[in-house]
Amino acid sequence: MTALIQDYLPIVVFLAVAAAIGLALMAAPFFVAYKAPDAEKLSAYECGFNAFDDARMKFDVRFYLVAILFIIFDLEVAFLFPWAITLGELGTFGFWSMMVFLAVLTIGFIYEWRKGALEWD
Amino acid sequence: MNLTLPALGPALPEIVILVGALALLFLGAWRGEAARPVVDFGAILLLVLAGAIVVLLPGGTLSTFGGSFLLDPFARFLKILALAGAAAALLMSFDFLRAEKLERYEFGILVLTATAGMLVMISSNDLITLYLGVELMSLSLYVMAAIQRDSVRSTEAGLKYFVLGALSSGMLLYGASLVYGFTGTVGFPGIAAAAKAGSLGLVFGLVFLFAGLAFKVSAVPFHMWTPDVYEGAPTPVTAFFAAAPKVAGIAIFVRVAIDAFPNIVPQWQQIVIFLAIASMVLGAFAAIGQRNIKRLMAYSSIGHVGYTLVGLAAGTPAGVAGVLVYMAIYVAMTLGTFACILAMRRNGEAIEEIDELAGLARTQPMVAFLLGALLFSLAGIPPLAGFFAKFYVFLAAIEARLYALAVIGVVASVVGAYYYLRIVKLMYMDEPKAAFEPMARPLGFVLGITGLFVLLFFVYPAPLVAAAQAAAQSLF
Repeated sequence: MTALIQDYLPIVVFLAVAAAIGLALMAAPFFVAYKAPDAEKLSAYECGFNAFDDARMKFDVRFYLVAILFIIFDLEVAFLFPWAITLGELGTFGFWSMMVFLAVLTIGFIYEWRKGALEWD
Repeated sequence: MNLTLPALGPALPEIVILVGALALLFLGAWRGEAARPVVDFGAILLLVLAGAIVVLLPGGTLSTFGGSFLLDPFARFLKILALAGAAAALLMSFDFLRAEKLERYEFGILVLTATAGMLVMISSNDLITLYLGVELMSLSLYVMAAIQRDSVRSTEAGLKYFVLGALSSGMLLYGASLVYGFTGTVGFPGIAAAAKAGSLGLVFGLVFLFAGLAFKVSAVPFHMWTPDVYEGAPTPVTAFFAAAPKVAGIAIFVRVAIDAFPNIVPQWQQIVIFLAIASMVLGAFAAIGQRNIKRLMAYSSIGHVGYTLVGLAAGTPAGVAGVLVYMAIYVAMTLGTFACILAMRRNGEAIEEIDELAGLARTQPMVAFLLGALLFSLAGIPPLAGFFAKFYVFLAAIEARLYALAVIGVVASVVGAYYYLRIVKLMYMDEPKAAFEPMARPLGFVLGITGLFVLLFFVYPAPLVAAAQAAAQSLF
């Protein structure tokens, strides 16, 4: 057990060094940097204009919805590839297992369609 | 590779619920809100049907999916309990959701998927099935917590639950991967055989696994989400959270401890003892200052999880039987109390302040009597059911020589009695406020059944206790 843990010693050393360098680089500007703030310097950067509003603005929840729907069907495809390649060995049980999975997904798709989740307005 | 169809019989209740849920979702998607009465009725029917299938399946221990799914007497007992809890909570939800204009056909479907997740958890015999069940349940619960989309508190509850739940799932997975790494298998029997000596890595995995599970049953120190989520979620959702998911969480806790790690009992026993003591003490003290009855019930449920874990800490068949009896009685007490909380409505608005119960004995004497009985039972006062629940777990702890644990438990339950009895005092001794609206019929039905169960349990406790003992025996 101790031998196993000792194998990880270089990683601990690496983490410690990385943390020390990172913290030093973040902390140093607070102490040594030259500071002369004015209103223009402190405002959010906007190319050629005065800033319109706060940088932390709300944006439409529909972006999340589209992203989540994308991930679901993206993962489905990622799941289909290994199944398609080994289908010959999986036999009918493997085939129908995937069909059940796709049927579940299709019902979910019909639900989101009917709910209007795919409409932008 | 030669894959053939595994026996689906043992998993029939789950399959029925999930296929039914999909059919109802399809119906809902097609017909819109017009389908809601059908979906609500269908959801209750499916839960009852699944319960009937659990009863009617051939007895003994059935196993399928390469041994990763187990239907033994232990699973049967808890499945029936979880299904009954879910069905009662769903039945109680309809009137409240209609009054609050929250009725959506998705609610019944979410209850069904959450319940299917619980059944999978209860039957799981390896880490993958466990995780599958936990996630199916949790994801449904996150959505249910946030189902009142226009309320800030409800969405906050949902978000908080989701973020902390995802964290705990991460811990669970990390623990599972460590256990797999140090034993070379995910099946509980295989882990039990490989874990003869508790190596450091295995114990690490065990700790992470238990931390994840402790979050799901809201045992201290992983309880922080409970009061906020219970308060923020709509009350029927809180009633559902407090009953069925606890059953599933405790079930998987017991199964992992007893089935997967029977050879390193001292290692997990100390964790469970700590969780039990911390939960009992915090549940007793933190509830004292609460003014919101849903928050109070949250701390109460934390305390009761602590008492349940006392039985598991004993690690004996008697202890596990105590856990099962405790869960059955806890579900009945919680559902009855929530039936009263759901009935706290005045001028079409739900009321959650404890002080508003003042003088209930004069405005609604029958409700006050049954609620009083439930509260006395939650406090553990003989001869009500709650006393016997505590009696069996503490007896098991004494027999396992965990004297300190039992003493702390009894002291905590005395402290906890204060806040239950304060409500009884409010109802019977204080000046009445304006009367609540009359109780909806499903609420009265659940309150009547659970109230009678709590009052009359001592007359004939044998069937429940014998069933729990037989179920516990099947684990050892």
